[in-house]
Amino acid sequence: MVPEGLHYTKAHEWVKVEGDRGRIGITHFAQSQLGDIVFAELPQVGRVLRQMEAFGVVESVKAVSDLYCPLTGEVIEVNSSLESNPEQINADPYGGGWMIVVSIADPGELGNLMSAEEYKAFLAAEEH
Amino acid sequence: MSEAIGPLRRTPLCEMHRQLGARMVAFGGWEMPVQYAGILEEHRAVRERAGLFDVSHMGEIEITGPGALEAVQYLTPNDASRLSAGEVQYSALTTPEGTFVDDITVYKFAADRYWLTVNASNIEKDFAWIREHVISGAEVRNISDEMALLALQGPRAQEILEKLTSVDLGTLRYFRFVEAQVIGIDCCISRTGYTGEDGFEIYISPQHVATLWNALLEAGTPMGLQPCGLGARDTLRLEAKMALYGQDIDDRHTVLEADLGWIVKLEKGEFIGREALVRQKAAGISRKLVGFEMRGRGIARPHYTITRDSQLIGEVTSGGPAPSLGKNIGLGYVAVQYAAIGTEFDIVIRGQPVAARVVPTPFYKRAR
Repeated sequence: MVPEGLHYTKAHEWVKVEGDRGRIGITHFAQSQLGDIVFAELPQVGRVLRQMEAFGVVESVKAVSDLYCPLTGEVIEVNSSLESNPEQINADPYGGGWMIVVSIADPGELGNLMSAEEYKAFLAAEEH
Repeated sequence: MSEAIGPLRRTPLCEMHRQLGARMVAFGGWEMPVQYAGILEEHRAVRERAGLFDVSHMGEIEITGPGALEAVQYLTPNDASRLSAGEVQYSALTTPEGTFVDDITVYKFAADRYWLTVNASNIEKDFAWIREHVISGAEVRNISDEMALLALQGPRAQEILEKLTSVDLGTLRYFRFVEAQVIGIDCCISRTGYTGEDGFEIYISPQHVATLWNALLEAGTPMGLQPCGLGARDTLRLEAKMALYGQDIDDRHTVLEADLGWIVKLEKGEFIGREALVRQKAAGISRKLVGFEMRGRGIARPHYTITRDSQLIGEVTSGGPAPSLGKNIGLGYVAVQYAAIGTEFDIVIRGQPVAARVVPTPFYKRAR
């Protein structure tokens, strides 16, 4: 449930590097902790985000959770289908549940993120 | 969900909930299942088929003796003298200001024996309150630890329970109860609930509750029964506009402000809070609990502010998705001039006003 090749934040977002762009979502762990997601609020295309800046919100039946951008960059795509079908985040957090794509301003920032191995160890530590 | 201070209490079923895959949370000082399969799925099960809830954290306080009725009458605003044995009444424990110590259900077993079912987080407070205010001729016992409670709720609840008892459930009407055996164990079967559906609440001794839980699940699973947690209990009760103590009602809002005037019987005689409620009824209330639905995109949550033309007019007490209605709904106190059905105002969500409108309640009403 932690795919190789992605980069992870301690706030449970992932980013997949696609050339000079980064595709961003929340992890399987995050969606399972939240439970049924019923609402997603995402930024507009064109907004510039700094690394770990809050870029939106997901809400489950019971909880409100902020989303943090793993990398600095400009939002160039938004998964607007999540507005009407937020349950895709539960069903397919690394696929159809992606949230935004940003243009990567500084690839060096990837060094601040965790690899799949590191994120797995982070989750194991969180559970204890 | 409230955070607990100190060690959490557990119902006898705690380990079974874990084995069923429940996610456990702290609620009112108890470790309780918030969900098993998922809140939305459990919500749907109760509306369409049936759900089984462990609500053993709820408290029970028994009042007995020749002065039992007089005591209940003095403690509560509703008229317990109207109850026959085997009847249940929704009521409250009121403060001298007419606000809530708690909301309760009153069970009449006999002329000299009543039960009050109270909220888990209020058991000790209620018990102390009652002992402080009960007059002579009545004995008060906190029997919460001698009593477990399961809620079997949903349109197929009767069909499921009938498999396990010889009681004629078809003649047991809403807000009536009967002492009877279920799978050979002494229980009190009450046709009540906190979901807006038909169903039963079954009081049973803690040492037998696991047996009953398993028997109900076994009998009901083929009919679509699912174990349900506090998450679904909350979405179900909100759709039915049943108040939650600590959110919608508390010791800062009166029974009249909470739109529960129907449980206030001023003509019944003296009770704690009567004077304040008489005065407030004459003067008129200045704020009122209303139900609203979101018109703009957004989910109202407790403590969000309610504004109109950027002026503060109230505060949300409960809010969330209404899975059976496909809308986002909520409850909140607003200045009374904004309480009429159809009134539009804004819920401030993360700094942004989002349009909402006062609607008739209950939001959801089952077909009868």
